[in-house]
Amino acid sequence: MTYAADVGALARKDLLLELRARDTLPAMLLFVVATFVVFHFALPAHSSQLAASGLLWVAILFTALLGLGRAFVPEREQRVLDGLVLAPCDRSAIWLAKSLATLAFLAAAELVALPVFALFFHGLGGATVAGVVLADLGICAVGTFLGAMAVVTRARDLLLPLLFLPLAIPIVVGGVGASVAGSPGRYLGFLALYDVLFAVLCWASFEYVVTE
Amino acid sequence: MIRARQLGKRFGEKRVLRGVDLDVARGAFAVVTGANGSGKTTLLRLCAGLALPTEGELAVGASRAAVGYLAHEPLVYRELTALENLDLYGRLYHVPERRERIGMLLERFGLWEVRHDRVVSYSRGMTQRLALCRVLLHGPELLVLDEPYTALDAAGAELLDAQLTELRGAQTVLVSTHDPDRLAPFATQQLALA
Repeated sequence: MTYAADVGALARKDLLLELRARDTLPAMLLFVVATFVVFHFALPAHSSQLAASGLLWVAILFTALLGLGRAFVPEREQRVLDGLVLAPCDRSAIWLAKSLATLAFLAAAELVALPVFALFFHGLGGATVAGVVLADLGICAVGTFLGAMAVVTRARDLLLPLLFLPLAIPIVVGGVGASVAGSPGRYLGFLALYDVLFAVLCWASFEYVVTE
Repeated sequence: MIRARQLGKRFGEKRVLRGVDLDVARGAFAVVTGANGSGKTTLLRLCAGLALPTEGELAVGASRAAVGYLAHEPLVYRELTALENLDLYGRLYHVPERRERIGMLLERFGLWEVRHDRVVSYSRGMTQRLALCRVLLHGPELLVLDEPYTALDAAGAELLDAQLTELRGAQTVLVSTHDPDRLAPFATQQLALA
């Protein structure tokens, strides 16, 4: 109960900060919609559903990366992360709250982006939407963890994509598979397994990321 | 409260603290002095639990919940108000009667009137006062203060003096400073880092 209250307080703070600064969600929205518009004109007419599905997953991944890159900026600017790390709450609560806040921003961007994608390309199936939901969980869990690692380094803007993109390859494989396969069940299962595995790993090891 | 033996800290190849022996009894007021780069901040971060030593031993007789750490940076969010910042920390530290305690501290440090203003609009001195409110919010047993008079004007410094007078003997204080004379009336022991 206390853990949930700590996570709630931290996530509420992140949403409040975004409400005030408005520097993450608008950027994500603009990026993902602009990507679809550009590819709408760039892809040859009657391009296959396979190509469009690939495009969707690339756009989601890079949109998420935009949000993840901003996730720990408020903590970095004033070294507030030290204050949070010192608090007696379980340190994994910081990771969980930040993941939830990033998930909220990504989901909000996708609420606009997915209908735009459906409009410009080949529509959206239920399996694709389920894949996106599962992928979002994995992206936010892993990306937030790596964001916390990268934020304390000088090369943070370079380091986060370098660390995140290789780890996101299974998400792309699962996501594209769920979008185009005849029986998407095993791909959705694969995404769910990825989520559980990496969420547990990140939750258990976050403490070591934020201690000097 | 704090016991260190041959305490040292390295960041990669760079050694920032070496061979520090320190005993701070419960209720003591220990003043740490030293030139820039002598390792004062690192020592304080080690004692606050923000860093782990790479050499020697360190034992701190206070849990994380019982430590209040004032850093060079105020450790508050610039886009939140003073009230929102303290409310966040109050929740994380599970401070009983949180709102009353926050109100009392904001009054004491002269920030009540600006409690709904975002910290980004504060002067450096006001931000330092807010940082002091944050440190004292949960009534810590061990106060670790890194150059607490930084950016405070005369009125702010007097407020801090009054606060330290109140804390003296009741709580353990480890404080770094470039102005040991200012803290001489409170100090029960001094440590000079080379």
